[in-house]
Amino acid sequence: MGRRTEVSVGFFLFFLLILSAGAYMQGKRKAFSLSRLADGRGGKKPLHSLPGYYGLLTALGCLLPALLIIAIWAACSDSILTALTLQTLPPALQNLPPDQLNLLVNDLHNLIAGHVAGRDIRPVLQQAAERYIAMQHLARLLLAAVLTAVALFSGLLVYRRIRPEMRARNHVERFIRYGLIACSTIAVFTTIGIVLSVLFESLRFFRQVPLTDFLFGLKWSPQMALRADQAGSSGSFGVLPVLAGTFMISGIALAVAVPVGLMSAIYLSEYAGNKVRVWAKPVMEILAGLPTVVYGFFAALVVAPFIRHVGVLLGLDVSSESGLAVGLVMGIMIIPFVSSLADDVINAVPQSIRDGSLGLGATRSETIIRVIMPAALPGIVASILLAASRAIGETMIVVMAAGLAAGLTANPLQSVTTVTVQIVTLLVGDQKFDSPKTLAAFALGLLLFVITMILNVIALYVVRRYREKYE
Amino acid sequence: MAAENGASTMELINRCLARRYRKERWFRRCGLGAVIVTIGFLGILFGSIVVNGWSAFEQAEILLKVHFDPAMFDVDNLAAADYGGLVKKSLQRMFPEVKDRRDKRKLNKLISIGAAFILQNHIIHDTSLIGKTLKIWLPVDDEVDMFLKGYIRRDVPESERRLTDQQIGWIDRLVAGGLLKEKFNTTFFTAGDSREPELAGIHGAVAGSFFTLIVTLTLSFSIGAATAVYLEEFAPRNRWTDFIEVNINNLAAVPPIIFGLLGLAVFLNFFNMPRSSPLVGGLVLTLMTLPTIIITSRASLKSVPSSIREAAFAIGASKMQAIIHHILPLAMPGMMTGTIIGMAQALGEAAPLLMIGMVAFIADVPHGFTDPATVLPVQIYLWADAPERAFVERTSAAIMVLLALLISMNGLAVFLRKKFERPR
Repeated sequence: MGRRTEVSVGFFLFFLLILSAGAYMQGKRKAFSLSRLADGRGGKKPLHSLPGYYGLLTALGCLLPALLIIAIWAACSDSILTALTLQTLPPALQNLPPDQLNLLVNDLHNLIAGHVAGRDIRPVLQQAAERYIAMQHLARLLLAAVLTAVALFSGLLVYRRIRPEMRARNHVERFIRYGLIACSTIAVFTTIGIVLSVLFESLRFFRQVPLTDFLFGLKWSPQMALRADQAGSSGSFGVLPVLAGTFMISGIALAVAVPVGLMSAIYLSEYAGNKVRVWAKPVMEILAGLPTVVYGFFAALVVAPFIRHVGVLLGLDVSSESGLAVGLVMGIMIIPFVSSLADDVINAVPQSIRDGSLGLGATRSETIIRVIMPAALPGIVASILLAASRAIGETMIVVMAAGLAAGLTANPLQSVTTVTVQIVTLLVGDQKFDSPKTLAAFALGLLLFVITMILNVIALYVVRRYREKYE
Repeated sequence: MAAENGASTMELINRCLARRYRKERWFRRCGLGAVIVTIGFLGILFGSIVVNGWSAFEQAEILLKVHFDPAMFDVDNLAAADYGGLVKKSLQRMFPEVKDRRDKRKLNKLISIGAAFILQNHIIHDTSLIGKTLKIWLPVDDEVDMFLKGYIRRDVPESERRLTDQQIGWIDRLVAGGLLKEKFNTTFFTAGDSREPELAGIHGAVAGSFFTLIVTLTLSFSIGAATAVYLEEFAPRNRWTDFIEVNINNLAAVPPIIFGLLGLAVFLNFFNMPRSSPLVGGLVLTLMTLPTIIITSRASLKSVPSSIREAAFAIGASKMQAIIHHILPLAMPGMMTGTIIGMAQALGEAAPLLMIGMVAFIADVPHGFTDPATVLPVQIYLWADAPERAFVERTSAAIMVLLALLISMNGLAVFLRKKFERPR
């Protein structure tokens, strides 16, 4: 689908809307006149539904078949026209091997879209492009005619069937209901789409790189040989160093966020006065609403140089892309996740339990540590798991502040890389789509999806069970 | 014996109490400390961005006296005239003592290459200028701007500086003459991206964000509201609806970058939609924000009291009529609040858009849904990577603009909630 198709689709949609607005008016008018007849003479039946519903039904009759045609047009006009154009090319060009033919089609599309490439244009191709555009023009005129005819015909069909006893409201409501059902399945289709797209490309990757090499390999350097006979750069796709970096950064982030988030949740829900709570909670929530690029910039510009500076003062060798700096900033980012979830959980603990403990003479901190925490523990664990999944999947902070080279290290002062950084570096820029390098990104994506999914499912399960306990 | 025993117990308890109270105070201070640390982080973050970015709203400009010599221009092809040469000539006229070619080149480096385009635009819009002399403020090179803002220091040795002593001498003379000063940086708000910091602006990114959000808003609000209505009002409780619900909850926690992979594989490679376009970006962000909108919309539908529904049924409304005429209007403020929060999330999100090619360098301001475009957070990411010092302050300034947009969106959400919240 190119820009031209988009524009024409938008135009046709607008045209259809006007047509169906007309259909609505006509349908409504007929229903009104029918109802007037019913008032006038006793022989006619009164309308089943309000007149507007007859109008809506007429408009739907006008709109839906035509929409279907537009959808089909948008989906396959391009490929049909391309095939037709290719048939007119000289046979020498038609019988090219598939990949060269693809290249030719690409050139053709570029010509049609008006992006003229720097190299010289073959006159044959130029002619083909002109033919394509001419055919497209013709096809669009044809489409306009067909659309008008279909819309008018189907609208008229509904219009002629309008009778007082027609159950217009029920029909319209059934259509709306189908629409609602269709919308609600989009979430399912999204999940299926994610799984299929990631899985499909990953399978292609695992056909080239064995699964065991991917999961247990200790070396990650996704450089592919440019020539087939090039020595020593076949690329190695061992994911362990990347995973180690991911877990190290997430671990540091959690080490920052869990104590700080938990303590502030405890303070705000158990100690702070109303005034403090009303102010402090929204201010902390701001941290959750900040875009992650802001954190990334902050990490790269302020925190990483600061930590490096401190490290130099202490005589340590600190990388300017140290895992510590990234983890620290990511920790700040997830503090509000931990604290707001923990706050909910702590508030869900019944007051009677708290009162019982205080009544026995325990201090507040003893009540919190020995009574409330054990009661709230499942929920807190769930909130930590959710925060962990968030940290593992976080992208912008690490892309902007973490390193690219995957070294297997346990030293937080060194540069480490993460799964998300690798996905971004592998996919940003122009690559051949079927090289293992690009496909590796999808394999990493699958891994990321599976890890975060497991964490989420466990967390949601724990939260659900825990909620039931106190309700 | 009993009394003695009691006293020792009391003593024991008292000693213990002191320790327990100490612990209590310590624990409480820890909590307060955690809150203060969190808010302190926020303060440092905002502070560093403001300190780094406020100066980007000013840009140094130089007052040039440009004489448009009629001999230079061909009336039929105004764009082809040598505007760069014109700028250089005007600048050299201010320093007649500079004769050496190498020095002249150094002098020319003070002014931005964008100055030529500005003159070109002036001439094309107003041909009557030809033959006249115009006094005009033109942008200088980013290094000069950085020097004037104090980021390039005089006291470092000349070899480690981007400006030579000679150039600094010229700058000092211009500043003393009032011909070179910091002015409000309008370019920053009106231009698209550029490789030259002094010519780079956020207009292109803001327009891209706007088109992307329009797509996201239309799709995610309609689909989100429809889904919420179906699940809350119509759906029977069975395995299928449970499955939908589990899916929605899971999608809410899927990392954004995964949606980018989906967009790359499905929208770009399968449906062949245009790369880098706000249309695809909007679709990807729609899928990402849908769970948020569905979840908040359902909560808001749930909070409509059932008496309203029953009253509508009692006067003969069908289920659909009760929902459209009575329940939706009452739930609408809550649903809109959720949508705005979702939109704020979409506005700040960059990761999935990196996957679908919205990171390309795009100097033109996009004018439609299928033009190649970038968005504000991605622009921030791109500038943060740029080596020039002048881009650091522009990045911070772009962040300030982004935050201002986010704050106003959230403010709108709070306002809506306050305005339409009615006692039930």
